[in-house]
Amino acid sequence: MKTMQYLKNVATLKLNTELCNGCKMCVNVCPHAVFEIVDKKARIRDLDDCMECGACALNCQYGAITVKSGVGCAAGILNGMLNGTEACC
Amino acid sequence: MKPQINFQTLKPVAVAAPTVSTQLELAGILGAIKVRWGIGRDNYRVEPGLYKVGKPTADSDVMVSANYKLSFDHLRKNLQGINAWILVIDTKGVNVWCAAGKGTFSTCTVVKSIKENSLDLMVNHRKIIVPQLAATGVAAHKVKEQSGFKVIFGPVRAKDIPAFIEAGYKTTPEMRKMVFPIQERAKLVPVDFMYRKFQLLLALVTVFVLSGLDKTGFLFQKMVETSLFPLTNIVGAYLAGIVLAPIFLPWIPFRTFSMKGAFWGAVVSVGLNLLFEVPLLEGFSLGLINLSIASFMMMNFTGSSTFTSLSGVQKEMKVAIPFQIAFASIGLVLFIISKLILP
Repeated sequence: MKTMQYLKNVATLKLNTELCNGCKMCVNVCPHAVFEIVDKKARIRDLDDCMECGACALNCQYGAITVKSGVGCAAGILNGMLNGTEACC
Repeated sequence: MKPQINFQTLKPVAVAAPTVSTQLELAGILGAIKVRWGIGRDNYRVEPGLYKVGKPTADSDVMVSANYKLSFDHLRKNLQGINAWILVIDTKGVNVWCAAGKGTFSTCTVVKSIKENSLDLMVNHRKIIVPQLAATGVAAHKVKEQSGFKVIFGPVRAKDIPAFIEAGYKTTPEMRKMVFPIQERAKLVPVDFMYRKFQLLLALVTVFVLSGLDKTGFLFQKMVETSLFPLTNIVGAYLAGIVLAPIFLPWIPFRTFSMKGAFWGAVVSVGLNLLFEVPLLEGFSLGLINLSIASFMMMNFTGSSTFTSLSGVQKEMKVAIPFQIAFASIGLVLFIISKLILP
């Protein structure tokens, strides 16, 4: 089943396949099935499914994944802007 | 046999780790209803520490959870017939996913909790089962490095735990996927309703008082007689943004939440204008205010949703907020003008 998608072409997720050793950790932690393993390397199936939660990057011990992670929450971003801090709910 | 004393608290194990039931008590069920309405939501906590479900031994699994009572209750009610330990992390009363995002359910707090509860003395094995949604804050390889315990990420939903154990501690793609079905969205309505209750009240009082404006000054009777329409509009727009838009989330083609909200704000405005007979200018001015309110409320729903990204919400807000402010301001001015020029 396809999950719901938000805006197109905004996710900051990047995968460096050179560093990937195909351990599948990203597949295991991603709540939106963004990754798949093809030929023993991770691959991004659909970037627009990414919600930038950061679970993959945090759990990639080879540093193959980067993402500017944070909570996609308007109230949190507003609080952050009003208080001059990071987005925080 | 492992030592039966917890050396840090110097209490016998049986006393140190209370047993909890897999059946929810009435208080727990009522508590869940209350907390969804935002009552006592900031203080709905479980004491952090180690708990028993059934009769766990030193070989039993350890399930890690947050100390938000809804998270904890959800876990234990899905462990019927299972003997296990539950290690409750101090997430400051916040649920698993949000706590992982905020940093209270993290590598550091998990390792700290393993140590504080002398988990290495309580169990023979060296693995803990952590909910997958905690992966945003918990780095499995770092927990292993710092505590010796291997983290196995379990399913997103606690109800899949028995199947996950059955499958040899493996999650299926379905167990890993976060979905956001209509019943989950509906559950969020009460909390979102309470979320901006003071702003709602302020808006209601404002249009109520402004309804009494007249070219001759302020007429109390006019306020009472003509305020029903604006009050209904404000409430309608609020509900459009927190009920209609979230419920119909996937079926309205706009991608941004603010546009989905504005769409329902427009629907409500048209409906109310057909229902009430009011001057065009007044109807139009309130329509603008409605678009702004419904759009703003629905934009806030990005925080409740399970698939919006930080970059996306930032991009959306940059466009939406100026429009929301403009629509609300112009709408308010036109509403005042309509009151001053029309009888």
